[in-house]
Amino acid sequence: MLTFILKRLGLALLVAFTVSFISFSLLFLSGDPAAALAGETASGEDVEALRRLYGFDRPMLVQYGDWLFSALRGDFGESYYFKLPVASLIAERLQVTMTLGFCGILFALLTAVPLGVVAAIRPNSFVDRVALFLSVAGQAMPSFWFGLILIVVFAIQLGWLPPSGAASWRHFIMPTIVLGYYAMPAIMRLTRAGMLDVLNSDYIRTARAKGAGETRVLFKHALRNAIIPVVSLAAVQMGFMLGGSIVVESVFALHGAGYLAWESIARNDLPTVQALILVFSMFYIVFTFLADVLNAWLDPRMRSA
Amino acid sequence: MTDMTDPLAQEIQGPSPRQMLKARALSHRGLIFGMVVVGLLVLVAIFAPLLAPHDPYAQSLMKRMVPPVFLGGTWEHPLGTDHLGRDYLSRLIYGARVSLLIGAVAALISGLIGTAMGVAAGYFGGQVDAVVTFLINVRLAMPVVLVALAVVAILGGSLTVVICVLGLLLWDRFAVVMRASTLQISRRDYVAVAQVIGASTPRIVLTEIMPNVFNNLIVIVTLEMAHAILLEAALSFLGLGVQPPTPSWGLMVSEGKNMMLFEPWLVLIPGTVLFVLVLAINLMGDGLRDVTAPEGRS
Repeated sequence: MLTFILKRLGLALLVAFTVSFISFSLLFLSGDPAAALAGETASGEDVEALRRLYGFDRPMLVQYGDWLFSALRGDFGESYYFKLPVASLIAERLQVTMTLGFCGILFALLTAVPLGVVAAIRPNSFVDRVALFLSVAGQAMPSFWFGLILIVVFAIQLGWLPPSGAASWRHFIMPTIVLGYYAMPAIMRLTRAGMLDVLNSDYIRTARAKGAGETRVLFKHALRNAIIPVVSLAAVQMGFMLGGSIVVESVFALHGAGYLAWESIARNDLPTVQALILVFSMFYIVFTFLADVLNAWLDPRMRSA
Repeated sequence: MTDMTDPLAQEIQGPSPRQMLKARALSHRGLIFGMVVVGLLVLVAIFAPLLAPHDPYAQSLMKRMVPPVFLGGTWEHPLGTDHLGRDYLSRLIYGARVSLLIGAVAALISGLIGTAMGVAAGYFGGQVDAVVTFLINVRLAMPVVLVALAVVAILGGSLTVVICVLGLLLWDRFAVVMRASTLQISRRDYVAVAQVIGASTPRIVLTEIMPNVFNNLIVIVTLEMAHAILLEAALSFLGLGVQPPTPSWGLMVSEGKNMMLFEPWLVLIPGTVLFVLVLAINLMGDGLRDVTAPEGRS
């Protein structure tokens, strides 16, 4: 188990390192970051001054090393636009995004797992069909459009919920549903497939044969095993959702890290963009690492992988 | 299916695999629906100049936000006009070109990259596999929407940039699936036989491996095409994808958003079309998987 964790940790660190290099190099895609920052109307001297001010005149690898060591100490430089340290800017906005992500995954799990279980117990029943319809529709639904529809119906027509902002818990209801619905189809399909698989296995037949009650068979014997892959999928989806929250946050004007990303991209605020890409990637790396460790702990067969 | 008492006799007299595939495909409702809808939209995209009643770029300040015919408009503009007086139906028809082109080309680019990586990893194994698996991990860790937005913003939004960025970002699923299927196929006896009789590696990959992983590849192509179309719409919605005045469905939703309070159809119409296209492509992909997968053959 320890070797597995150490191996997996090494891989995670290597991935994190590579991602940090890629997110840093994005800055140089434009060719000359100083010129891009100064804008099209700037004179040659202005560009030159900016180049020296931000250190763009040094070799790229030196700049990367500098940036990485500062980043490791939690210093991502200063935002060009907000004129504030990027780290505190992101930390402040992350609260909203983390709340949203947590509520979203909770919503997805609370709807997808029961639906998946019932769909597996009664294949081709009404519930199974509803579940299938929800998952097929969910995969085709553009999240920004779903969000706008909810706003039209529940905020404008019915007036039940506030259309945008993050002032109270009621502001989080619609964004949670939109973000959660994005993660729901995959979780539901996996729960259904896992339950079907487990319910056909020998030990379930044994449990039934020795006279265990149906509830006990379903929840104690079947669900406990079927849920293992779902847990790790949920962790991976959580990583994806934090990245996907950029669309949801901009639809509902929730001022979280996703909204910050959109603002800073639109304003060419490169230090903030670099830091955000790195932070979102780190969340994904940490979540998948935890998921793998959890999986290995629950299912010893996974440890050899 | 029929009498299973004598499998040998049935195998001799029964329908050929090709006929069975056709029968399965024709009885799969999702697949039929998906193929019909996608086929129709492809035709609409190809014959857009013939079908569109107006020029999708022609503005008319006199006729701004004319409602669609079912909300009291006229047949002059069946789906009404937008905030600049452009015919909404014509823009929708030309928008099909943007979505399908981006979806198809982005899926093609990412398909080439992902398949090459996945097949190499699955066939050679060892260090090649380790490197490819690592690259897949790195790619999965990068938030797609964020990276795509940032790159498009830096390079400037245009159809070509959006296609290239999506093509270079969406290869992960191709690589994962192709790696797994190649791994499975390359353990088969006929691959070993081909190696023993001295067939070259390119020959084995092209004639023994590729035909056998092709079904899986087609399924991923459709699913990634749908993914690319959704991402383009999201990027354009956020204002950092295809730029105005190009008619993109995501952009149309974004432009209609400001008038959503009074004219919700401006948002509902392009969104519905986008939803139907992606739904149809997904149903087609799921259907192809059901029809061609070995377990679907029983």
